[in-house]
Amino acid sequence: MLHVSPNTATTGIAKGEVLLSVENVSLRFGGVKAISDVSFDILKGEVRAIIGPNGAGKTSMLNCINGFYFPQEGHITYKGVRRQKVRPHEAASSGIARTFQNVALFKGMTTLDNIMTGRTLKMNVGLFWQLLRHGPAMREEIEHRRKVEDIIDFLEIQAIRKIPVGKLPYGLQKRVELGRALAMEPELLLLDEPMAGMNLEEKEDMCRFILDVNQTFGTTIALIEHDMGVVMDLSDRVVVLEYGRKIADGTPDVVKADQKVIDAYLGVAH
Amino acid sequence: MSAVTSSAPKPLLSPALMATLKVLGIFGAIAIAIVVLVQSGAMPKGSIGHKVLAAPFIDMWDLPDLLVQTLWEGLVAGVLYALIALGFVLIFKASGVFNFAQGIMVVFSALTLVGSYEIMTQRMGLPPGTVVAILALIIAIATMFVLAWLVERIVLRPLVNQNEIIMLMATVGLTYFLIGFGEYIFGGNPKVMITAQLGLPVGQTQFNILGGRVNIQHLDVAAAVIASVMIAGLAFFFQYTRIGRALRAVADSHKAALSVGISLNQIWVIVWFTAGVVALVTGIMWGARSDVSFALEIIALKALPVLILGGFTSVPGAIVGGLIIGIGEKMGEGYWGPLFGGGIETWLAYVIALGFLLFRPQGLFGEKIIERI
Repeated sequence: MLHVSPNTATTGIAKGEVLLSVENVSLRFGGVKAISDVSFDILKGEVRAIIGPNGAGKTSMLNCINGFYFPQEGHITYKGVRRQKVRPHEAASSGIARTFQNVALFKGMTTLDNIMTGRTLKMNVGLFWQLLRHGPAMREEIEHRRKVEDIIDFLEIQAIRKIPVGKLPYGLQKRVELGRALAMEPELLLLDEPMAGMNLEEKEDMCRFILDVNQTFGTTIALIEHDMGVVMDLSDRVVVLEYGRKIADGTPDVVKADQKVIDAYLGVAH
Repeated sequence: MSAVTSSAPKPLLSPALMATLKVLGIFGAIAIAIVVLVQSGAMPKGSIGHKVLAAPFIDMWDLPDLLVQTLWEGLVAGVLYALIALGFVLIFKASGVFNFAQGIMVVFSALTLVGSYEIMTQRMGLPPGTVVAILALIIAIATMFVLAWLVERIVLRPLVNQNEIIMLMATVGLTYFLIGFGEYIFGGNPKVMITAQLGLPVGQTQFNILGGRVNIQHLDVAAAVIASVMIAGLAFFFQYTRIGRALRAVADSHKAALSVGISLNQIWVIVWFTAGVVALVTGIMWGARSDVSFALEIIALKALPVLILGGFTSVPGAIVGGLIIGIGEKMGEGYWGPLFGGGIETWLAYVIALGFLLFRPQGLFGEKIIERI
């Protein structure tokens, strides 16, 4: 099993080099084209935003990257390796973590347990010791619990450690979900609308966490977001999709000034 | 810095406790009403009302040793029902499949155990005894693992994300396959469980208490202890280990479980294997009380009311539900059975479950489904 920890040189990809590239990817559901011929790349260490109106294929794009969908055409190259059909748990073990548009947490489990599930791939003591919960299994449990406590401190959610996440308000659930993704120590973190449904204060907190993750751990981040202010502030580069096609790609300033983007968001007079 | 909101203050009594108190209150009121009716002469001895509402309780009071005996038998039956229900709950939680084949897995695993013991002692000439019995036990456990693996490969994987009814039909198919396969290999005749060879206690002890005698089968004690340890062990495993957490995660959300790198296929094999081992233990205990035959399969139907009572997704529910059904059945049979000419054990469980359904449609511990509209 492949174990990846972030910000190490083991992968051989330095900051600023291409970490993941999407080449001419098309995705169809029956007759519906969700993504048509989209290409872009994500550089190591950057914050890359994917924006576009509803139904533009943004979430489908993330689903292709983390293996929920297989694109019919095109390729995704990750860490210099052109991937064949990748399954979600394989994507996860190669260092891709994600959060979901409508929070997908384990509702009956506590915050602590939820974040601990993020360590699953890093824990590998066998079933036998686990049944006894002794010796190596116990040592492993303690070691990973320590890491999880660090993440809990980082996200300032100490107070809700033992509360089943189903009972938490939405903003906190989003934060726990981010914590679970961070527990995987990912190299590439996919965030699907991390700030949807949040109030201003919660949004500011979330922005701070995202920037901190990017800067202190060097984690590469790809995020989908509708709040343009947030996108323009956070991201290094932006790719804009509309009806499954790429219409613009570049720094926030360039994208903001692009006529096609303005038309897509404001509509065109016919 | 944002302040993290803490949860709202807890109500003085938890909702579950409130509900229990309410039920107790209702029963108390009924009991008082009965006493008043009997004392006032409105319900003379020999009347239907007296026979149904008063006489059984008077019997319990007059013969406490019989009451203890009945309760004990109910407890043992209840623990075994809980074990069967646990097999269902495990699989239902992790894969959303109602495993119709759980009953036949009980028979199949027990047959494998007894069958391989017979083959080893009779055809291969190994000396009968504990060593061979343990060997047979290992073979049975290994068989349940192979079965789990095959089910995941051949049944679950191709059908993933299909409708629940399709999954149910697949397990019905599995049931008939296992019946045919089991009969082909081990024959259709009932077999005797190798109880003593496995080191399980046989015989009984009599206690003189409450002015009478209570008979306790050693096997029943062993059954209750082993089942309890097993249930406690599983609960512990689910709560505190990585694989346990992964199992609960899969039960909660497939999508999220996949995204953190949990392999559904691996989890399904583990779950079906665990259910298989639970089936084997059930088969040993149940087989020791009667015979190991395909007729045992119907005890799976007994798990249904237990599941309805406890909720399909709750391990504690399976335990409490099992105990209520087991004790309710034995009490019903012992004290009210004669009024119906006996044999009410076959349907009483369903009536008890129906009664509960009227008040708690989600089961005692089931998740209440609240839909936002």
